[in-house]
Order: sequence, then structure tokens, then C-alpha cells
Amino acid sequence: METLELTQEEQFQARIDADVRIEPKDWMPDAYRKTLIRQISQHAHSELVGMLPEGNWITRAPSLKRKSILLAKVQDEAGHGLYLYSAAETLGASRDQMLADLHSGKAKYSSIFNYPTLSWADMGCVGWLVDGAAILNQVPLCRTSYGPYARAMVRVCKEESFHQRQGFEIMQTLCEGSPEQKAMAQEGLNRWWWPTLMMFGPADADSPNTAQSMNWRIKRFTNDELRQKFVDMMVPQAEFLGLTVPDPNLKWNEAKQGYDFGDVDWEEFWNVVKGNGMCNKERLQARVQAHEEGAWVREAALAHAEKRKQREAVAA
Amino acid sequence: MMTDSTMPAQATAAAPSEAQAQLFPFVLQLADTSLILAHRLSEWCGHGPILEQDLAMANIALDFLGEARSYYQYAAELEGKGRSEDDLAYLRSAVEYRNPLLVEQPNGDFAGTIVRQFIYDCFHYHLLLQLKSGPDAQLAAIAEKSVKEAAYHIKWSAEWVIRLGDGTEESRRRVEKAIENLWRYTGELTTPSATEQALQAAGFVPDYAAIREQMDAHIARVFEEATLAVPVGVFMQKGGKDGRHTEHLGYLLAELQYMQRTYPGLQW
Repeated sequence: METLELTQEEQFQARIDADVRIEPKDWMPDAYRKTLIRQISQHAHSELVGMLPEGNWITRAPSLKRKSILLAKVQDEAGHGLYLYSAAETLGASRDQMLADLHSGKAKYSSIFNYPTLSWADMGCVGWLVDGAAILNQVPLCRTSYGPYARAMVRVCKEESFHQRQGFEIMQTLCEGSPEQKAMAQEGLNRWWWPTLMMFGPADADSPNTAQSMNWRIKRFTNDELRQKFVDMMVPQAEFLGLTVPDPNLKWNEAKQGYDFGDVDWEEFWNVVKGNGMCNKERLQARVQAHEEGAWVREAALAHAEKRKQREAVAA
Repeated sequence: MMTDSTMPAQATAAAPSEAQAQLFPFVLQLADTSLILAHRLSEWCGHGPILEQDLAMANIALDFLGEARSYYQYAAELEGKGRSEDDLAYLRSAVEYRNPLLVEQPNGDFAGTIVRQFIYDCFHYHLLLQLKSGPDAQLAAIAEKSVKEAAYHIKWSAEWVIRLGDGTEESRRRVEKAIENLWRYTGELTTPSATEQALQAAGFVPDYAAIREQMDAHIARVFEEATLAVPVGVFMQKGGKDGRHTEHLGYLLAELQYMQRTYPGLQW
């Protein structure tokens, strides 16, 4: 029995190493399945909760065009949630269970959504910075070893890059506008810069799951590698906008051909992860409330489908 | 109007005809109606009872928003005073808004939203069918595009009326309550305002009595399948199309117009 398991495990790893996609019906180690369910459902939850901070501004968007773009963007996020939940379902997880885990606090979602959106510039910052960071995290996932996840991510990434461009365009419009608008943009950047750097997760030395995930090719780059890439990509864009990145230690390093930057406040990071961010309670409450208030709607839909089925059976 | 041969030819060519100019308040009314309903639906975004329905409501909101923008742009052109779609949407007060009362009513629970949507969809769909073969080319073009979307909306909302009416005891109680709350706003949709009456005489606005018949038949069919009763003898409220609204519209506009009012005259 043990040797057989080992052989399966070895065969599995050999497929991974050869970059062959793992599909739902293939044998896979329990830990691989669990890691993926955890990661994909966490990702789906992030899309769902991520609708809230931006959803906040749909009713206050400053023009009909912006309102329409923002609504379409938040709707895309609901769509991403939908295909990610479906991808997790191919691993045997149920949507009800995943949602129950979100609502009980057992499952996590991206901490960035526990920060409040306070001005219109935040719609720019969320698109430009938060979606920018998400893209860096997600593009490698288009090549992740699990087939359904990889395919879902191809679609997600296409839409995310559109989201990022619209965020940048909001920032650009603000920066080319009145002094008030420019100040709004700078104030947004000041609040979002550090939380965005935290989106890549703890430093490699403090990231216990990274090694195994890299080995299984669920993950392709370490947290610190992605964080560095992000800073190198974003600093020139901030300069182009005429905005100041709120980091006094930010400096170009010729030798490494990248920027040196200050230390992330990990105490804040862990605090928000533990539930002490500005909006942790509100975000979760909003989800739980939508779910609980929707219970009678879901029950009615099921009851009606059942009645219809019975009537058809009688008629036939 | 005096004709002046020295007037630049292009100025007369670009200006809408006198008959078309009369259309401005009606097109504006259509724009306001679609915008207010889109805004209400968009309030659900992220809070829907089922993820799939969250998506559906955002989708329908986007359709109405798109339709509103087409009407506002056309209204701005008809008015010819250099106002933009955003000026018309963001810089008019509640008493200047011309939407019927039904669409400004708060979402309530999902049953309230569904009933409001279904009734409006019934009117909207049958109105667009008429407008698309109407005498004004621009309005006909907008209706032609929108009626395809409206056909989907009415299918969606009718299916939900049926599910809720013929679902559980609770869903039935809720949908009946919603019908009771909203029925008084259904008469206004097909009661022509003075503006509409004038345009009906000129053939620009279709006959509402005919639309009412089609609407009623549609509602009766769906309510029957939903095992719901069509209310009778309800006093009908009106006024929205003349700018006399319920108290709800002011709050909605305060939120909708907040940025434009706080930071006047800027580009976003």
C-alpha cells in the first residue's frame, strides 16, 4: 500500500515537473488538493468581498461614464468569483461550505479589502495599485499546475488588466485636473501604497507555505520577488503621474537594477489579517447579511423548481 | 420664426426641427427614468441574495444606464444649449426630474425589487416596441437597440415573480406585500402627462391605452402562473412626470450628484 502511494506521489510530481496540467479526475495528494481548495476559495472570497469597497462608490461616481465603467468592473469581480468557486468545486469543495467558511471567519480573503475607500481617488488607486498587484500575483497562475484554476485565471487576468488601465486613467485624469483633484490623487496614493505592498504576503522568511507551493508549481514566484517587481513597475508610473510615493527610503539601486524600499509595517499587516483592520467587521457583516437576507430567495427558487418537477412528472 | 438668408447654412442644418425640439422633455423623461432605475438596481451590487443574481442585477443596471446615456445625449442635442449628458443628470434638482414615481421607490427586499422591475419591464418593453417604429429616427434607433435588452429583462423579472409567488409561504407573503406597496405607482406609467399628450397628438408618443392593454395582459399572464392576484380598485399616485416626487428621490439624487455638486465644473 505504502509503495503504491509513493509511486503515485512520484508519478504526480513527475507530471508537475514536466509541466503537465493536473485535471479534476487525476490522482493528486490530499495536501495538494487541500492547498488548492484553500487558495482558490480564498481567491474567490477576495473577489466577492472585493466588490464591497468599490461597490461603495457606484452610487457616487462623478459622471455617467465613470458610473458605467465602475459598475461593469465590480460586476466582472462577481464573475471572477463565480468561475473561481466553480474551479474549487472541481476539487470536491461545495459552494455552500466555502461560503460558510468565509462567514464563520475560518476562510480568509485578501486583507486589502479591509481598508476603507474614502474618496473618488480610491477608485483610481484600487484599480491602478490593488489590481496591479493582483495581476502580478495572478499572471503566473495562468500557468499553475491545476488545469481548471489555470484556465479560470486566463480569463480573470484579461479582465484585470482592463481594470488596471481604468484605475490608472482615473488617476491620470485627477493628476491633470485641478489642484484639489491632484491632492485627492496624492492622498489616495499615501493611504494605498503600503497596504498594496502587503498584498504579496509576508516576507519569504516568514512564509511557511511558499516552498511546497513552489514545488507543486501552484506558485511560481516568491512573495518578495513579486513585491520587488511591483515596486519596480509602479514607481515610474507614479513619477509619470507626478505623484510622490510615500516612502522616504525609496531609492534606485543601480547594481540590482531595481529599487530599494523601506520596511513594510508587518505589525499592521498581521493586525489586519487577525481581524483588526478598519473594515474587517463591516465587510464580513455585509457578506453575512446578504447571505442571510437572501436565504428565503434561495429557498423559494428551490421550492419552485421542486414543484415544477413534480408537476411535470404528473403530466408525463 | 424669421428666416434670414444671411444665416450660416450649417446652423440651420444642425438645429433640430421644431417638431423635434418638442421632444426634448419627453426624451429627458425617458433618460431620467432609465437612470433612476439603473441607480436603484446598482445599489444591490455586492449585496445580492445569490451571486448569479447579483450579476444579473448589475447587468440590467448597466443596460438601463446605457439607455439613459443615449437619451441624455440626444436630449442635450435637442435642447441645443451646450449642456452635456452629465449636466442633465447631475445638475438638475428633484423637482426638475421627470421619472415616474415607480422607479424611484427604494429597493426594499428582493421581492420589492423584482415587483418594481417586472412592472416597469412590462411598460418599458411595450413602449420600446412602439418607439422603434415611431417617426423620430434617433429615438427609433435607441429603442431598436434597447428593446432587445428589455426582452431579456422582462423574461428575468417574470421568472422571478413566478418563483417567488409560487415558491414558499414566505416568498409569497413578501411578493404580495411588494405588490400591495407598489401597485399605486403603476397607473402613472400609462397616464399621459401634458407633455406626453401634446406629443401623442403629434404622433411622437404612442397611444398609452394600447400599451396599457398589452401590459395588463402580460402582467395577468405572469401573475396567473405565479398564483398571484392582480389588485383592483387601488388609488393611483402620480406626479413624477411633472416633477412632483416621493421623498425618496431627494436622497437618491443627493448621493448620485454628490461629486458634481461638491466639485463643480471639473472633469473626471
